[in-house]
Amino acid sequence: METNTVTYTAADYKSDQSVRWCPGCGDHAILNSLHKAMASLGIPPHQTAVISGIGCSSRLPYYMNTYGFHTIHGRAAAIATGFKTARPDMTVWQISGDGDGLAIGGNHFIHAVRRNVDINILLFNNKIYGLTKGQYSPTSDRGFVSKSSPYGTTEDPFIPAELVFGARGNFFARSIDVELETSREVLAAAARHAGTSVVEILQNCVIFNHGIHNYITDREQRAERTIHLRHGEKMLFGRDMNRGLVADGFLLKAVTVGEDGYTIDDVLVHDAKTPSNFLHQQLAMMDGRDLPLALGVIRDVDAPVYDREVAAQVADVRARKGFNTLRDMILAGEIWTVE
Amino acid sequence: MLEETKVKTIDKVVVRFSGDSGDGMQLAGNIFTNVSAGLGNQVSTFPDYPAEIRAPQGSLSGVSGFQVSVGTGVHTPGDSCDVLVAMNPAALKQNVKFLKPGGVIIVDIDSFKEADLKKALFTTDDPFTELGIKAQVVKVPVTSMTKAALAETGLDNKSVLKCRNIFALGLVCWLFDRPVESALHFLKSKFARKPAIYEANALVLQAGYDYGHNIHASVSTYRVETEDPRPGVYTDINGNTATAWGLIMASQKSGRPLFLGSYPITPATDILHELAKRKDLGVKAVQMEDEIGGVCAAIGAAFAGDLAATSTSGPGLALKSEGIGLAVIAELPLVVIDVQRGGPSTGLPTKTEQTDLMQALYGRNGESPLAVVAPISPTDCFDMAFEAARIAMEHMTPVILLSDAFIGNGSSAWRVPEADDYPDIKVPLLPAERIDGTWRPYERDPETKVRYWAIPGTEGATHRIGGLEKDFNTGAISTDPVNHELMVKTRREKIARIADSIPPLEVIGNGDADTLLVGWGGTYGHLRTAADTLNREGVNIDFAQFRYINPLPANTADVLARYKRVIVAELNTGQFADYLQSRFPGVNIARVNKIQGQPFLVGEVVDHVKDILNK
Repeated sequence: METNTVTYTAADYKSDQSVRWCPGCGDHAILNSLHKAMASLGIPPHQTAVISGIGCSSRLPYYMNTYGFHTIHGRAAAIATGFKTARPDMTVWQISGDGDGLAIGGNHFIHAVRRNVDINILLFNNKIYGLTKGQYSPTSDRGFVSKSSPYGTTEDPFIPAELVFGARGNFFARSIDVELETSREVLAAAARHAGTSVVEILQNCVIFNHGIHNYITDREQRAERTIHLRHGEKMLFGRDMNRGLVADGFLLKAVTVGEDGYTIDDVLVHDAKTPSNFLHQQLAMMDGRDLPLALGVIRDVDAPVYDREVAAQVADVRARKGFNTLRDMILAGEIWTVE
Repeated sequence: MLEETKVKTIDKVVVRFSGDSGDGMQLAGNIFTNVSAGLGNQVSTFPDYPAEIRAPQGSLSGVSGFQVSVGTGVHTPGDSCDVLVAMNPAALKQNVKFLKPGGVIIVDIDSFKEADLKKALFTTDDPFTELGIKAQVVKVPVTSMTKAALAETGLDNKSVLKCRNIFALGLVCWLFDRPVESALHFLKSKFARKPAIYEANALVLQAGYDYGHNIHASVSTYRVETEDPRPGVYTDINGNTATAWGLIMASQKSGRPLFLGSYPITPATDILHELAKRKDLGVKAVQMEDEIGGVCAAIGAAFAGDLAATSTSGPGLALKSEGIGLAVIAELPLVVIDVQRGGPSTGLPTKTEQTDLMQALYGRNGESPLAVVAPISPTDCFDMAFEAARIAMEHMTPVILLSDAFIGNGSSAWRVPEADDYPDIKVPLLPAERIDGTWRPYERDPETKVRYWAIPGTEGATHRIGGLEKDFNTGAISTDPVNHELMVKTRREKIARIADSIPPLEVIGNGDADTLLVGWGGTYGHLRTAADTLNREGVNIDFAQFRYINPLPANTADVLARYKRVIVAELNTGQFADYLQSRFPGVNIARVNKIQGQPFLVGEVVDHVKDILNK
């Protein structure tokens, strides 16, 4: 990452292609937030690569004035891993939907997270296959009726955060398409985190799954049903910011400060940096029903970064017993000479 | 004693080491090979090992073999052997069929007890009669002699027994007049970190050699002719290592860093092993979560500006198909190495075959032409891996390298190239003067149809590519029908024009024959020897081995047109014959095919060709 004094605006990251998503699609807002996040980071467009799989969201690289690669279904994480390992100097973003990232690409997704390669994975979660016109996805709720599940699905969904923690992930954040500023913040935080960052963005498919996140995004209820987590700050939410999360044995409980004997001192302080993912997982699993859905950076922990480790190992081996040329290496082995 | 025994002078000799898969036959065979190569012999090896890692000890399925031919005019490991070393009854039973008439069998007679015979499913107590063996059998108490040699060392019994292979090696060294010192040199590097084991093996090696010297049995010994090779530094190399090194040479000649994305699969894994070691030369070799991850990581690295490769075998190539198609339409350089094995499906994982040709040429969706090359010997794997990388980068295309288990595992002596033995690779990097705001990612060189490679990080060259069809002029995504046809034809033409940069097909022969024997890839040694044999026997036949499969060398049509009959010999049911026939319908093609997971035998090719010619 090069330090420079040039400042960038969101427009510097926009390509000349007209954006082709459906009017009203949540992707427009996410693209907007991404442009702004990139400008706030100050990493030049030519040092940025955006790599996607297949699906509506995966069209995104065409709308970026960066290096971009719209690849094949499910493989963006593997392609981004190769790219970043070859070029640790580049900032790499991966764009995937819930089908691309968690169904056909599930294996690459968990292994990228496990390796902790320094890529920023944007997981657009609309709980539906949009580009193929409306089949249930691996994040669709049990019983969900779609074209491929006319009588309702008979399977449970993945919860992306749970998968990330199962794969020993070190960065997980969540936003909603309509919360542009939250998205911008968590995307910038994801980019600043060294290692695999997964950002789940709840996205509305206006055509095939319109309103799927309404319970959360409802303007009247959103303050009660979501909580914005910030590292080092109290876990407070609600219209009057007087609701808080407290420890209840090993679990979490939502209370009202000043009621039932709970004071502000009882409210937990969010620590995104603690290595244990026990509390992070509980926070990430809150769904807006009994406990508010968590937005913001839930986990942000430093750990060895794959692409840096590969480069460091190459450098270390080269320093200890490196060769300049293939011939030098061979001559150090078992050879004989014919005069 | 040597001077009292019969000495045969021969141009080449074949030795087959066989034993239990835990007996170290591959190591004994390898050292014998290296020692012989060091003496100026040509060598060719064929490791024949079981698919099971550890089959039950002493069982027929657990037999591991290593055949090596040494001498002059050596192109193959030989159809059959002059000396067979069998460390147990199972090895004898499985390998006696490879013995030449008049050959000698050396057995560890200590391992021919009743229980051993039972494990190998012998029904009598005389395995030699039961197998109908007429050849001379030298019964050597290898186990007890090894124990005796190491009695003073205090080594535990298990470690002692592990040295039996080296006793056999010592005996074979004596038989062929190979100096013990040279074998010691290889043992020393093998056991560099285990001095006690080295010392033990050194004692046993000498004991085996001395045993040969001291026995008074009238065993023939052999004096193998050597020839003067080209001066230079030599090493013993197998095809998989040569493939890995060829890529490194290409990296050095192109200035692009080498990246391998791979996944373990027999018989290709040694390429991953070798490149993982070559961090000392700056190579990045990553083991991914699956075959698809392997090719996709490589594609990511190619987009990032590296010389990118992935190594696999047939089942893995099938999994990589979609990724390779992406590299075709994105027009990224990518080397895909397929070390072919017996198929379909899991098939015969450790055995050789040439059955992936059609998969390599056509095994993708859509019109997706790419270059296919095939090395013809273990050492040619170096040259063709270099060529695959050169073509991939100079023509911005995926290239499939069709190696196989036989040449991948087989080895021969190889002259280490000098720095300027290989040409610089002219990578079509986006020139600085084209970065003026008008460059588009799919603009092409009008002659070669090749697009520029714009390396990420370059200011002013940001661009987007992908798997969707793109506009011929702007590179933006396009569904225009006429544009699609133009792009399909352009990608095809780009591959066809590679023919301008590859050498012509070489014909070996007098040039006045009516018949041309044709092969491709790893069968070269056997077919070349078969052609030589036929000509010696008065059958006038020319021979050509294809290394460039797609595109074919530019002179292919002319060469084939010169012959009344073309006999295509290959280890499949006729894939290359069909390919040639489809391109050159007028050529009269006959076929020699074998699908047994084994290389050709020279004798069977000779017989088959004679049958065809006599019809």
